Amino acid sequence: MKNPFYSRDLVSIADFNLTEIEFLLNYAAQIKQDKIVKPASGKLLASCFFEPSTRTRLSFESSMLKLGGQIIGFADPTNTSEQKGESLYDSMKVISPYADIIVLRHPREGAARLAAQASDKPVINAGDGANKHPTQTLLDLFTIKECQGNIDNLNIALVGDLKYSRTIHSLVRACALYKTRFFFICPNTLMMPEHICHFLKTQGVRFSFHQSIEEVIKHLDIIYMTRLQKERFQTHEYAMIQQQFTLQPNMLVDAKKNLKILHPLPRIKEIDPTIDDTPYAYYFQQAANALPVRQAILSAILNEDLTHG
Amino acid sequence: MAEMLSVTAINNGMVIDHIPAGQAINIAQLLQLSKHRKRITLGLNLSSNTMGLKDLIKIENRQLTAEELAQVAVFAPQGIVNIIENYNVIEKIKLQPPTSISKIFTCPNQLCITHTEPVNSDFYLVHQNQTIQLTCKYCERNFTQGST
Repeated sequence: MKNPFYSRDLVSIADFNLTEIEFLLNYAAQIKQDKIVKPASGKLLASCFFEPSTRTRLSFESSMLKLGGQIIGFADPTNTSEQKGESLYDSMKVISPYADIIVLRHPREGAARLAAQASDKPVINAGDGANKHPTQTLLDLFTIKECQGNIDNLNIALVGDLKYSRTIHSLVRACALYKTRFFFICPNTLMMPEHICHFLKTQGVRFSFHQSIEEVIKHLDIIYMTRLQKERFQTHEYAMIQQQFTLQPNMLVDAKKNLKILHPLPRIKEIDPTIDDTPYAYYFQQAANALPVRQAILSAILNEDLTHG
Repeated sequence: MAEMLSVTAINNGMVIDHIPAGQAINIAQLLQLSKHRKRITLGLNLSSNTMGLKDLIKIENRQLTAEELAQVAVFAPQGIVNIIENYNVIEKIKLQPPTSISKIFTCPNQLCITHTEPVNSDFYLVHQNQTIQLTCKYCERNFTQGST
């Protein structure tokens, strides 16, 4: 199959169809197994982080270096022309001739789409506000496929902040392509937005709302935990809700053998550390998968032909 | 005798009919009718067999471009524009909502990049069940017409 990612922006997972997503996941699997990787030697990545990031930035930069490429960029916008009032559009126009590919994180929603419009070089969205984080979605899909063998028709529980989490919103849309069955477990104040529920209905995806993990644990293949952000609650309310939505070992008594727990990290208290030693914990493997998946993304965008390593 | 409101037939111009109740004023703003120095009649909340209530606009000596017709269709997806010449309807144009629209609306999402960058707003449109859903090209949020 022709490489569908070559020279293309990666702004939203919605820009890619199921075949294209599967292509990337399979290529990432080959990279992880050391079977094949088309290098990026001689290529330059502009790593433009207008907002703080640890794992996303480091994993992108690590991936580029492992591919033999080089990096320019900034992790803190305070020393850039943004502080002088330069627009993002102009910044991207200026930076794009300096590099072969741009990775952008920005606090404004839709920033990556605008950057892609301004830039002659491919732009990868590494998070634009509460909007999209497509490379996290790809690594989540990769991890689910890796630990379950497939993604089709799995029972997936999404737990925690379903209202504001961009990771969750992108993942739900992508999983809809695989006809997964969702269980939404969250405080009433952090419900899945109506427009996403509407989208799922139009796609014929089944979902239901629940107050606790124990209600549905025996059905689940994946539990995807998210961080509850303290600032969204009153202090007393936060303590109560956090307790209710913290995953404890006793909640897993009726779990299926194949159950795996994922979390985009960093976790605060959503997962009791004693769960780390159970066969259900898969969040650190998930974090490690950032490398093969982001290597695959960079390699596939930079190289038309991926057949020869 | 009390002064009567003059809502007579127009000689030349057009009548935009089947506008959902409440949208005529938005269309008047869109077309900047306050600057049009000919007779304009806005009918609000008129009874309609098919719509229950509807609005209607009569504009003398004014034609709409294809682009303007598409913009009006966002407010009146079932709308019909009657072109009038010499008091006769010479053409009926059924409005057709466009698949995308630029510059007209601002994105209601205050965190959208379009609020801080010198860039035109841009929406994709989906017409479903007599309502128009707009999706911002940039932040990808969905809105119904009326919230923009």
